[in-house]
Amino acid sequence: MIGFAARRLAQAVPVVFLASIGVFLLLHLLPGDPAALMAGSDASPASIEFIRHDMGLDQPLPVQYAVWLEHIARGDLGKSIFSKLPVSQLIGQRVPATLELAIAGELITLVIALPLGIIAAVKQRSPIDWAISWVTSIGLAIPSFWLGILLILLFAVGLGWLPPGQRGDITRDPLGELKFLALPAFTLALPLAMNLSRLTKASVLEVLYEDHVRTARAKGLSDVAVLLAHVLRNALVPIVTAVSLDIGRLLGGALIVETIFNWPGLGTLMLTAVGNRDYVIVQACLLLLVGVFILVNLVADLSYGFLDPRIRLAGARR
Amino acid sequence: MATAAPSLVTPQVVRPGAWRSVSARSPLLQALSRTVQNPMGLVGALIVLILVLAAIFAPLITPYDPIEQHPGFELQPPSGQFWLGTDHLGRDLLSRIIFGSRSSMLVGVVAVGLGAALGIASGLAAGYMGGWVDAVLMRTFDALLSFPAILLGIGVVSVLGAGPLSVAYALAVATIPTFARLMRARVLSEREREYVAAARCIGARAGRIMWLHVLPNAIAPLLIQISLSMGFAVLAESALTFLGLGTQPPIPSWGGMLNESRAYLRTAPWFGVFPGLALALLLLGLNLLTDALRDALDPRRTNV
Repeated sequence: MIGFAARRLAQAVPVVFLASIGVFLLLHLLPGDPAALMAGSDASPASIEFIRHDMGLDQPLPVQYAVWLEHIARGDLGKSIFSKLPVSQLIGQRVPATLELAIAGELITLVIALPLGIIAAVKQRSPIDWAISWVTSIGLAIPSFWLGILLILLFAVGLGWLPPGQRGDITRDPLGELKFLALPAFTLALPLAMNLSRLTKASVLEVLYEDHVRTARAKGLSDVAVLLAHVLRNALVPIVTAVSLDIGRLLGGALIVETIFNWPGLGTLMLTAVGNRDYVIVQACLLLLVGVFILVNLVADLSYGFLDPRIRLAGARR
Repeated sequence: MATAAPSLVTPQVVRPGAWRSVSARSPLLQALSRTVQNPMGLVGALIVLILVLAAIFAPLITPYDPIEQHPGFELQPPSGQFWLGTDHLGRDLLSRIIFGSRSSMLVGVVAVGLGAALGIASGLAAGYMGGWVDAVLMRTFDALLSFPAILLGIGVVSVLGAGPLSVAYALAVATIPTFARLMRARVLSEREREYVAAARCIGARAGRIMWLHVLPNAIAPLLIQISLSMGFAVLAESALTFLGLGTQPPIPSWGGMLNESRAYLRTAPWFGVFPGLALALLLLGLNLLTDALRDALDPRRTNV
């Protein structure tokens, strides 16, 4: 197991390295002089020169990259060009909101997708299966930003049950926060849930007719016990992969959902920064989100070793 | 590839039309006809066809100019004069929706065209050449895959500036890795086949074998991916335009219209409904088509 983990970790290192170079180069791919850009349009040549030296932009690129990495390792993400506040502070204020939305979204995804997928697989070729397959086809075709608008029209404008946007205060009123969270989290979850339910169905079907499942049923286990202990356990690996790959979509989707519902998270921070041409913030957010994405995938890969010992062994033999 | 020649032994047993269906038609054509015979596939193909025709002939079928403003008719509900109502500037929504399909489709085609071409080429090279070419390309694509498409879009747009072309480039970059991985996997299994050895024996060079022999034999699964990527690109284009990063006003686009509608949800709900409906319809068509293609081309998945 340790060997497996070490190998997988070693594979992740070049990926992180390349991704960080990509994010670093973002600022340098901009048309024009980054120092002039940071100084603003009416800056004097002297102040541009000062910024260039102050930011280390007169150094060769590899040196700048090393310095940048070293700053990040110390938790220093730079200062916002626009508001001059430390980026780590700006991001820190926004992380809880995005995290709250993402966790709620993922929970709703699992609650919708797993039962739908399992029922569709167990009742294969029945009217229920057929109905679920049309629901997922149509659900997959509904873009989240349209779904959000429809939900606001129905529940906020029409019925007046839920607020059309903004975040509550989860520390002071955790139950009240559910009202604020309901629409955005569901909007975020629906496309992911449709996708995951299809995948759950496929992977349950792969296991459902295997010999060991027949054996379990033959020895008199109840259907539910067979399903939970023998089918799901084996169908879990592709499902875990899908969930971990979903983190990317979850983060991308969060940007859109946050915009629709005026949710004060990383997505709205990043989009405002793009609008203000505040590249330091864009760079830091990209780095953070990509880092999280890589980390989650790594953890998912490691979890296969626990879920399915065959994978661990196959890795060791190679 | 061996074409099934009519049997020499018992030619009279074969019914006149029967042998034709098994002989000259390529596997690709057979798969395409199977796709359209599947009811879901037919519905999908028809939806996509109708929307593409509407986009091409937009100037002929739209009742109004999509950017013409009608003062005094702002935020009108659907009526005989404006079938789907008007927006906040008094522009006809139906005309804007029909013209808006053009920007989605254009970005989709450019993005998938570029992404597929580059992905297939690099996948071929990586799979056929192996060694350091393979290692460098695949590690680069691993890193690319660690950027969710929307984030990649934001990164590219913040460098190139907002606009449909920036979005198309970003989405092209986002689709390259999937095509490359798929192509590489196909090449790895195809390169061991006899026809490749035969081509090498008669002295064909690597480039010729890759393009003329391996590629045509590996193309079928790529079709599924093209259809899938098209849906992804159309959706991502609208999402990025919704965020204000893609097609800029006054040029009509579905994502842009949905974004504009958010300020008028209380007074003009139809403004937020119809552009999304058009987008959902196109996505549904593409998804159904993708599923049918997958059923037709990948026999293992037919019962799923």
